[in-house]
Amino acid sequence: MSSFDFLMQGLVTASDPMLLLYALIGVTIGTAIGVLPGIGPALTVALLLPVTYRLDPAGSLIMFAGIYYGGMYGGSTTSILLNTPGESASIITALEGNKMARKGRGGPALATAAIGSFVAGLIATLLLAFLAPHVVKLALVFGPREYFALMVLAFVTVSSAFGDSTLRGLTSLFLGLGLACFGIDQLTGQARMSFGVPDLLDGIEVTTLAVAMFAVGEALAIAALGNVGDDKVHAVKGSVWMSRADWSRSWKPWLRGTFIGFPIGAMPAGGADVGTFLSYAAEKKLSKHPEEFGHGAIEGVAGPEAANNASAAGTLVPLLTLGLPTTATAAIMLAGFQQFGLQPGPLLFVTNPELVWGLIASLLIANAMLLVLNLPMIGLWVKLLTIPKPWLYAGILLFATLGTIGANPSTFELGMLLVFGLVGYGMRVFGYPIAPIVVGLILGPMAEQQLRRALSISQGDWTVLLTSPISATMLAISAVALIVPLVMRMRGRGALLRQMAGDED
Amino acid sequence: MKKLMLATILAGAVALPAMAADYTIIAPANPGGGWDQTARTMQAVLQDEGISGNVQVQNVPGAGGTIGLAQFASQNEGNANALIVGGYVMVGAILTNNAPVGLEAVTPIARLTGEYEAIVVPAASPIQTIEELVEALKADPGAVSWAGGSAGGADHIAVGLLAKAAGVDPTKINYIAYSGGGEALAAILGSQVTAGISSLGEFVSQVESGTLRLLAVSSEERIEGVDAPTLKEAGLDVVLQNWRMVAAAPGLSDEQKATVSADIEAMVKSAAWQEQLATKGWADTYLAGPEFEAQLAADITATETVLKDIGLVK
Repeated sequence: MSSFDFLMQGLVTASDPMLLLYALIGVTIGTAIGVLPGIGPALTVALLLPVTYRLDPAGSLIMFAGIYYGGMYGGSTTSILLNTPGESASIITALEGNKMARKGRGGPALATAAIGSFVAGLIATLLLAFLAPHVVKLALVFGPREYFALMVLAFVTVSSAFGDSTLRGLTSLFLGLGLACFGIDQLTGQARMSFGVPDLLDGIEVTTLAVAMFAVGEALAIAALGNVGDDKVHAVKGSVWMSRADWSRSWKPWLRGTFIGFPIGAMPAGGADVGTFLSYAAEKKLSKHPEEFGHGAIEGVAGPEAANNASAAGTLVPLLTLGLPTTATAAIMLAGFQQFGLQPGPLLFVTNPELVWGLIASLLIANAMLLVLNLPMIGLWVKLLTIPKPWLYAGILLFATLGTIGANPSTFELGMLLVFGLVGYGMRVFGYPIAPIVVGLILGPMAEQQLRRALSISQGDWTVLLTSPISATMLAISAVALIVPLVMRMRGRGALLRQMAGDED
Repeated sequence: MKKLMLATILAGAVALPAMAADYTIIAPANPGGGWDQTARTMQAVLQDEGISGNVQVQNVPGAGGTIGLAQFASQNEGNANALIVGGYVMVGAILTNNAPVGLEAVTPIARLTGEYEAIVVPAASPIQTIEELVEALKADPGAVSWAGGSAGGADHIAVGLLAKAAGVDPTKINYIAYSGGGEALAAILGSQVTAGISSLGEFVSQVESGTLRLLAVSSEERIEGVDAPTLKEAGLDVVLQNWRMVAAAPGLSDEQKATVSADIEAMVKSAAWQEQLATKGWADTYLAGPEFEAQLAADITATETVLKDIGLVK
């Protein structure tokens, strides 16, 4: 009951008009920056940290919370409308969301993302408040072998994002895995495939690749089409708001996305992107309209967006309970806490309950503020689509370049952006899906490092992968997911062959 | 507010050399890390104390700081307004990456802060003392897995030095590198590894709450308020400080160098800086002038030797 009292007290404190204003400023800035491709919440918070030093702890925390959630949400807007994901966690949103926007259903796509983010943020923040100490125990059970099994599961399930042709999808994935090999090997410190170029030592930045593939490639493809046909833009077809059918198809993915995203976000090496991949795969499997996936299925926006926001709250579990910053943003928030002389860690809930519950109340308020800010904006956002294409894509190119150079000021990075943009254009022309290449770049290094760590700890004994029940279960599920469709297909063909043989008789 | 933000980003991204800034500090790492925090703390103190009217921080992340270092050295020849933050990790990264630009390409000004390494085991571990850990290491080096920061970094070097001092072949150590202190800490807390090594600050709150057992620290003498022996007391001749420093551009005149050094000294001596160190838990290990240069040279030599011993540098 005392937790509840603290939370109520926190909410009362946070509903002070001045603090609400800080929350509004935080959410607005967070969204505005999140919209820029390549600039994530981490850089935003880092730039704003000196400003918040002048505020009292409550004001500072609430602004943080606003920026954090705002930045997470901002990425989805550009993903849906312009097919330019700002960070790795909104790549999946672009897949279905942009298809919806092109069919004139940008409004419902943005609405399901906004409400889904709110629902997920709300549930996940409450889970954080009441279950954090228990969730973190579970998260610590995950060692290298369990993470490796999770990555295998992600690889197998994410293949549903590969589009219609498995071969093309796998080609794209392996291109991504190849790119993942560039740079310093984490475990030995040795450079791989860097060809003596210092800029390649850190490997290929995921955001650079994603922005290049999605934004630059898209702009080139549009430019190459030229002025063929009259360019009829369906900014809005039907209602801007979600229909009854949209609601009934969205609420389950919101909840599932939340419960997939939160625990993965809470794992120290989970990451928001993995949660969105798994959520997308789950929705595609469970959907009553699997044929719509790849052509604008609302479930494919609702689930991953919820997972994305739930994992943002999940990230705070290890931060508050262990003092473990698992993302760059969390590391900066940790620095912010230290500014007020408090050390996140196992004792934080005991030594500083007011601040912890104040933060959690701030998150709830920021989350509600996000919805208030964004729902009325949807009508305005979809108008973006009515901007004439040359202007729109010139603007996208500008923001893509600005975002990349802002995050990583080097001419080499800019060159990579352009080269990968050309690759993305080529892949579009030849009908290769672009999501798998980015997925490969994200998951490849994680899977490799975790497997090698597991084997290093076991001194080369492969059976450790199967002696952990969690890892064994996940590997078994992966194997089933991989083999069953193959067997079914073989059987199907078998039946068909028999039938054909029967016809001949 | 939004305009201000965008202006800041734009300025940070493209217009830096043209800005009328008194100082531009390059943090050769991503936002959030130790170097970034050092740079931003310097920014706040230099401005608040009126030592400098306008200070900009720019992040140039990558490869243990060597990308930022190379860019800094090539673009700021003779520019007395440019500073770069760096540290011990950079020394190792330059060697392991075979970086084209080393620390000799910049003008070291001063060591600012430092942290000592700490060796811990999970509370449930049967290992009670550093001596027991060393015994286990001697018996079978591969069976003792160490979680710590990036390969070739201060944590890795400390394990290499420890093995060497204990008479164990440093190439045999089973060091599991993690990208961030956080991820390594999770592995230690989850008993995925035998022992953990990182800056003391990373472990303090865990040790206080009893989830980790602190076995030893890498300082010269016992640290006040820390209940653990030094490695020296355990008979291992290892002292290692993971320090952070500030350096200026190459090609400065003696006069320019003296001005920058005076500004940094004024910053370090200010009450605001001391207050920041206290809230962040950073030790004041200020060292400037010829003493710092000698220390730097000694560290580079020692690091090169141990990295060769571990087998990371040929």
